[in-house]
Amino acid sequence: MLSSNAAAAVADAETETADIRAYLSSQERKTLLRFLTCGSVDDGKSTLIGRLLYDTKLIFEDQLAALEQDSKKHGTNGGEIDFALLVDGLEAERQQGITIDVAYRFFATPKRKFIVADTPGHEQYTRNMATGASTADLAVVLVDARQGVLQQTRRHSIIASLLGIRYIVVAVNKIDLVDFDEQVFAKITADYDAFAKDLGFSSIVAIPMSARHGDNVTRISERTPWYAGPSLIEHLETVDVAGESVAQPFRFPVQYVNRPNLDFRGFAGTIASGSVAVGDEVVVAKSGRRTRVKRIVTYDGDLPSAFEGQAITVVLEDEVEVSRGEILVAPEARPDVADQFTANIVWFDEHPLLPGRMYILRTETDEVSATVSQLKHRVNINNFAHEAAKCLELNAVGVCNLSLQSPIAFDPFGKNRSTGSFILIDRVTNATVGAGMILHPLRRAANIHWQALDVTKESRATLKHQKPAVLWFTGLSGSGKSTVANLLEKKLHAAGRHTYILDGDNVRHGLNRDLGFTEEDRVENIRRVAEVARLMADAGLIVLVSFISPFRAERRMARDLMGEGEFIEVFVDTPFEECAKRDPKGLYARALKGELKNFTGIDSPYEAPENPDLHLHTVGRAPEDMADELETWLRERGYC
Amino acid sequence: MTANLTHLQRLEAESIHIMRGVAANFSKPVMLYSIGKDSSVLLHLAMKAFYPAKPPFPFLHVDTTWKFREMIEFRDRMAAELGFDLLVHINEEGVRDGINPFDHGSNVHTHIMKTVALRQALDKYGFDAAFGGARRDEEKSRAKERVFSFRTASHTWDPKNQRPEMWKIYNTRVAQGESIRVFPLSNWTELDIWQYILQEGIPIVPLYFAKKRPVVNRGGMTIMVDDDRMKLLPGETVEERMVRFRTLGCYPLTGAIDSCAATLEDIVSEMLTARTSERQGRLIDRDEAGSMEKKKREGYF
Repeated sequence: MLSSNAAAAVADAETETADIRAYLSSQERKTLLRFLTCGSVDDGKSTLIGRLLYDTKLIFEDQLAALEQDSKKHGTNGGEIDFALLVDGLEAERQQGITIDVAYRFFATPKRKFIVADTPGHEQYTRNMATGASTADLAVVLVDARQGVLQQTRRHSIIASLLGIRYIVVAVNKIDLVDFDEQVFAKITADYDAFAKDLGFSSIVAIPMSARHGDNVTRISERTPWYAGPSLIEHLETVDVAGESVAQPFRFPVQYVNRPNLDFRGFAGTIASGSVAVGDEVVVAKSGRRTRVKRIVTYDGDLPSAFEGQAITVVLEDEVEVSRGEILVAPEARPDVADQFTANIVWFDEHPLLPGRMYILRTETDEVSATVSQLKHRVNINNFAHEAAKCLELNAVGVCNLSLQSPIAFDPFGKNRSTGSFILIDRVTNATVGAGMILHPLRRAANIHWQALDVTKESRATLKHQKPAVLWFTGLSGSGKSTVANLLEKKLHAAGRHTYILDGDNVRHGLNRDLGFTEEDRVENIRRVAEVARLMADAGLIVLVSFISPFRAERRMARDLMGEGEFIEVFVDTPFEECAKRDPKGLYARALKGELKNFTGIDSPYEAPENPDLHLHTVGRAPEDMADELETWLRERGYC
Repeated sequence: MTANLTHLQRLEAESIHIMRGVAANFSKPVMLYSIGKDSSVLLHLAMKAFYPAKPPFPFLHVDTTWKFREMIEFRDRMAAELGFDLLVHINEEGVRDGINPFDHGSNVHTHIMKTVALRQALDKYGFDAAFGGARRDEEKSRAKERVFSFRTASHTWDPKNQRPEMWKIYNTRVAQGESIRVFPLSNWTELDIWQYILQEGIPIVPLYFAKKRPVVNRGGMTIMVDDDRMKLLPGETVEERMVRFRTLGCYPLTGAIDSCAATLEDIVSEMLTARTSERQGRLIDRDEAGSMEKKKREGYF
């Protein structure tokens, strides 16, 4: 028997348990809003987030104690609490008093859960702003009431628009510093609306506020009696960002093929849009094969159907070939499949985007080599003018045509953020250098078919009793590339081999006479020569290419164009001082005097090969000797 | 349509998506298993992500030799029950040199037995991706970290120069010797973790539940006397108190809290009224300003 007290305690505990469960299930049904704060430097983004966390009681005592201590040490408010220090978590940020990288913060009110990305204002860190914007549905654009709309306000708004954000809050901050002047607020609002009218936002809500003092952040301020709208938090709690979303067709990018044993072959992924049920007909986008869904497998049991956002494993009726990078789609609404398309690109890297250079293009699940075949225009951040450009610099935005080595399946980004986006990766550094939003496929890709020929490369080479090869001589101007190549060709020719030399200077007199020495033109120079060398190798020749070819990325691109074992990189390694001393054409003397621009080794870089197939240290060696070495090398490997 | 998913379902799907991406892109991934509540959730998610197969990677526990005894028992039991591939690594040089938290302090101990040990293990097996259970809500420098966080060949993190991370497209490319730390729980909060444990019935180490345990007060923290390697200082006495732990690490460095929360519901309700953050119980975060960022740059998880 329990005493009455104990029974009451048990009953209390049971009520409490039930209460907790009820509370948690109410939490579960809350919607989530992901938003970012952006805008120019010192507009108060971090301070605003600190204020939101503080006012929604999400700061713990130990964190508050640390904040008070930090405010004394690093704060910019003269010992008063500096809310920015709650989010500027990196040592460098606290020392410099700026935000470098995006910070993610989590808070909730009784109505909604929030993930906010606090993004940096400096132009230098635009890529980190884009990172925060890519997963957000709403942007709070801060404007300093004293400064008005600045270049970074515009840049961030354009990037937010390109990345698919449709909901904007213009937070006119530091309104206390302009004496809560309604005219200032009205002017900034009008300026922003005029500038943003073509950016395709569904709503723009302007709110006057002081993040530092809390006016209109979580409660309506008495100091702006002329403002009749909601406080920031009220607006964030109620804004409907799902908006006019219409039912999207089924898209299931295959991430991973799950094959634990011979009896099970499942395709794992997350549904990007639409829904699917057991028995539904689906099409494998790239191959066009049709089949049906047999099972939808999860750890918690099979499902009869599944919808957008769910991570599932699909088993198909038939043994069709499906690999990572494919998309299972609704048969009646298929995505585009193409190897050429037009896209918006935001560039993140110190090295500019160069048309003709090969990058790795990666979608959510697919990966392929790609080049920008045409840079159509760059967007002027201030007035949206389309400007002609030869390259895209760091933080620039432009529209490009891309050409891929093999087709991918995609939707326009405007229809589907998951299947319409991609990143570009540098092939040498592996850095993420750009982000792309696909506009539309280019149909010309579909109309040029490969003409199948009966006489093959092998048959042409066999007739000549040789193996086709491209010997790629790279090195500084005056290093001896052409001298060695010339001697080697004489030897091969004497032995009855069919050869050809593509020489940098000579090709610039004809095929490449329209190209100069800028970085963009150098990339195009190499691309054309590599393509010509490939045709010659296809004809069965041994091709000797003698080009400075200073960039690793282009030599890599040339290597990728040739067949297995056909590309032989020869590094003619002569130190800069030695080349400048030899100076056979008098170019170093002129370049050092500043008469020649973009000269390799002086004001344009030379990236030495890391693993050349042959490495010739020329100092102290006779050219004859090196040509002999190359010939022996080729003979031993059966090229001649 | 995403609105149809509950908050925890969204988080679960996101974490599973990340894990599958790693399995598809890396040649030798590993999951760091620290036995705590976040690791338990990570393990559960991995079981889900690859079902009906087992997770296609091993689980690595870096044992400092100073973990609570109950943690080690729990670890071995879970490995046996779920049948995952468990690797345990101990820095044997550290053991030989007798490194311990009492004589060498938390800084030296953590660096040698945890950070260095982890680097040793990653190098030994040649892992190119390592999952960790860190969450962005835990600490300020973690709030800044990417889901896929790049490490150089010497395991260092450069917080000022992180790769942009757009949408759900993760750049998984690394050169020889370089690696990526992957954090599938980045967007989870402490409350989400407990709620998920409750919803899914995930087993956790009993130390999270309140019980009478032998403790001493030392340096403002309540430390549990877990074995006889802990020598009492003059004036210290062992008392039996109802305590539990919000996070678990090396027992001499992990502070207990006074609590009567003996069930998951109790823990959640205690959390909802908590006025201090969970890392408050971690001695290592307070050693010096920016200490977590510094440790992370050196290769700590």
